[in-house]
Amino acid sequence: MIPKIAYARPHSLKEAVKELSAPGTIAHAGGTDLLGCLRDGIVTPEKVISLSGLSDLKGIARTGDGGLRIGALTTLAEVADDHVINEQFTALAEAAASAASPQLRNQGTLGGNLCQRPRCWYFRGEFHCRRKGGEICFAMNGRNEFHCIFGGQNCFIVHPSDSAPALVALEARVRIANSRGTRTIPLDSFFVDPAKDVTRENILRPGEIITEILLPAPVTQMRSSYRKARARGAWDFALSGVAIGLRFNGKRVDQARIVLSGVAPIPWRAVETEQALAGKILDGETVARAAESAVRSAEPLSDNAYKIHLTQGIVHESLMALRPE
Amino acid sequence: MEERRAEPHDGNTDGVSRRDFLRTIGVGTLEAAVLSAAPLPSEGAPAHTGDLVPLVLTVNGRRNALEVEPRWTLLYVLREKLGLTGAKPGCERGECGACTVLIDGKPRYSCLTLALEADGHEITTVEGLMQGEKLGQVQEAFVQEDAFQCGFCTPGQVISAEGLLRKTPHPGVAEIRHGMSGNLCRCGAYDHIVKAVQHASEIRK
Ligand SMILES: Cc1cc2nc3c(=O)[nH]c(=O)nc-3n(C[C@H](O)[C@H](O)[C@H](O)COP(=O)(O)OP(=O)(O)OC[C@H]3O[C@@H](n4cnc5c(N)ncnc54)[C@H](O)[C@@H]3O)c2cc1C
Ligand code: FES
Ligand code: FES
Repeated sequence: MIPKIAYARPHSLKEAVKELSAPGTIAHAGGTDLLGCLRDGIVTPEKVISLSGLSDLKGIARTGDGGLRIGALTTLAEVADDHVINEQFTALAEAAASAASPQLRNQGTLGGNLCQRPRCWYFRGEFHCRRKGGEICFAMNGRNEFHCIFGGQNCFIVHPSDSAPALVALEARVRIANSRGTRTIPLDSFFVDPAKDVTRENILRPGEIITEILLPAPVTQMRSSYRKARARGAWDFALSGVAIGLRFNGKRVDQARIVLSGVAPIPWRAVETEQALAGKILDGETVARAAESAVRSAEPLSDNAYKIHLTQGIVHESLMALRPE
Repeated sequence: MEERRAEPHDGNTDGVSRRDFLRTIGVGTLEAAVLSAAPLPSEGAPAHTGDLVPLVLTVNGRRNALEVEPRWTLLYVLREKLGLTGAKPGCERGECGACTVLIDGKPRYSCLTLALEADGHEITTVEGLMQGEKLGQVQEAFVQEDAFQCGFCTPGQVISAEGLLRKTPHPGVAEIRHGMSGNLCRCGAYDHIVKAVQHASEIRK
C-alpha cells in the first residue's frame, strides 16, 4: 500500500504551481510512474498535486507558425494516434506507440514521460545509491546489463523515455511554468547529465512543471523515425533505440539529428554521426560509416557491451529505411 | 451482488434511483457510505489531508458514494469497498494487466490509478460486461475458445479485448497482439486468447 498522502486537484495552472511551490509536494499527471515510485518509497512527498484538472494542458493544436503544440497532459495514446503527428512528426508517433503497454499509453502523459524517474534496479530497489544521496553507483561494479554505455559518470542509469529522444530529434521545445511565469527552452537542454548533478534528471526546480511541448513547423523533405530494441516483443523499455530526424535537399542530407535512447543517462545526441551525414547521399557506405561512428565513443560496463553492436545495428537499419525512394 | 450483475451494462449513468443507490451501498460498502451531499474533490474543496474524503465513483453505470483515503488505488476501492473482485491484484505495478478496467471506455490499470483520479469518469469492470444473467459477448468468446487455464488473468484480458474491440471492431492478428500486449498470462494461453478476440469480433454486434 502507498504510504499516507494528502491530495489536491487544482483547476488552474496558477493554483497548481502555487501548490507545488510548497515543500513536500509532487506533481501527478497520469500517475503511471509516480504511483510505482510512491509504493517503493523512491519519492516520499506529503502531498500529491494532481494536474488532471488542468484541461488547458490537454490536447494537440497547430500553432500560428505551422508547428504543433502538445499539452503536457496529452496521453501517449493520443499522441500515437494523431494523424498530423503520424504524417509530419513520425518519430514522435512511433516513439509514443512503442512506449509501455496500451493501458499505460491510455493513462501516461507526454509530460510525465519526459519527467519519469530512471528504471535502474538499484535506484528502484533498496539501495542507497548516489542518485538517492548515497556514496556509490552500485551498477558500476554490480549487475549492469541494462545500464549506459555513454555518458556514465557518477551514475550509470539510462534515460527511460522513448518520447524524449524523438522530441529532441524533432527539435522540440518545452514550456515550463512556475509561480512567476513561463519560459520556453529547447528540450535538448532540459535533461541533466549526471556529471553535472547526479540527483536530478532534468532542470525543473520545485514548483515548476512542463505545460506544453512545442514542435517547429515541419520543413518539406523532412523524414523522421524512432526504432527501439527490447528484450521481447511485448512492452518493455528500450535496450537501445534511435530517433532520427533528417532534412533532405533532394537526395542529399541537409541536416541530421541522431538521438540514441536506452544507452545514456540523457537522450544522447550522436553528434559525430550527425556531422558525418551532413551533405551526404545515403548510400550503403555512408550509412555503414555513420552507424559505426554512432558507437565509437561507447564505454561499456562489464555486462552491456552487447549494446554497442545493437545500437550500431539499429542506427544502420533506421538510416537505410529513411532513404528517399 | 446478483441483482447488480443482472443489470445490463449500457453505459447509462443517468436516472439512478434512490433504491439502486442504496442497493449499491449495500454491497459491502456501508462503512464507507456517505449519505450526506459532501462536496466532491472537483467541486470546491480541492485540498485533502491523508484522512477519508468523499468520492462518488461511477462503476458499471451506478454511482457509488464513498469515503476514500487519497492513497487508495481504484483497484483497492473496487475490490475492498465495492466488492467488485473481477479486477485482480497481480503485480500492482503496471506490468501484468490483471487489474485492467475501462475508464471512459479505454483500458487502464486500476492498480496505477488513484481512486480520486477516477472522479467524474465512467468505470467498467468485467462484472459490467454481463448481459443480464448471461455472459457478455467477449466473455462468451473466451469460454468458447477455451482462452484460459487458471483464469487469474482472464478478467483483465476480457476487459482489454472489450476496449480493443470498441476502438478497432475488426482487428487483424497483429493488431490483436499489440492491443493485448499489456496483459500477461502466466499459463500461456495466448494463442487461444487471440482466437477468442477474433471470435468476439465476429459475434459482437
Ligand atoms: C510497466 C511499465 C512499463 C513502461 N514502459 C515504458 C516504455 O517502454 N517507454 C517509456 O518511455 N516509458 C515507459 N513507462 C513509463 C510510462 O510510460 C511513463 O511513466 C508515462 O508516460 C509517465 O506519464 P505519467 O503521466 O503517468 O507520469 P506520472 O507518473 O504522473 O509522473 C511521472 C513523473 O513526472 C512528474 N511529472 C509528470 N508530469 C509533469 C509535468 N507536466 N511537469 C513536471 N513534472 C511532471 C511527476 O511528478 C513524476 O515525478 C513504463 C511504465 C511502466 C509502469
Ligand atoms: S496488478 Fe495492475 S498491472 Fe498488474
Ligand atoms: S489463464 Fe492463468 S494466468 Fe492466464
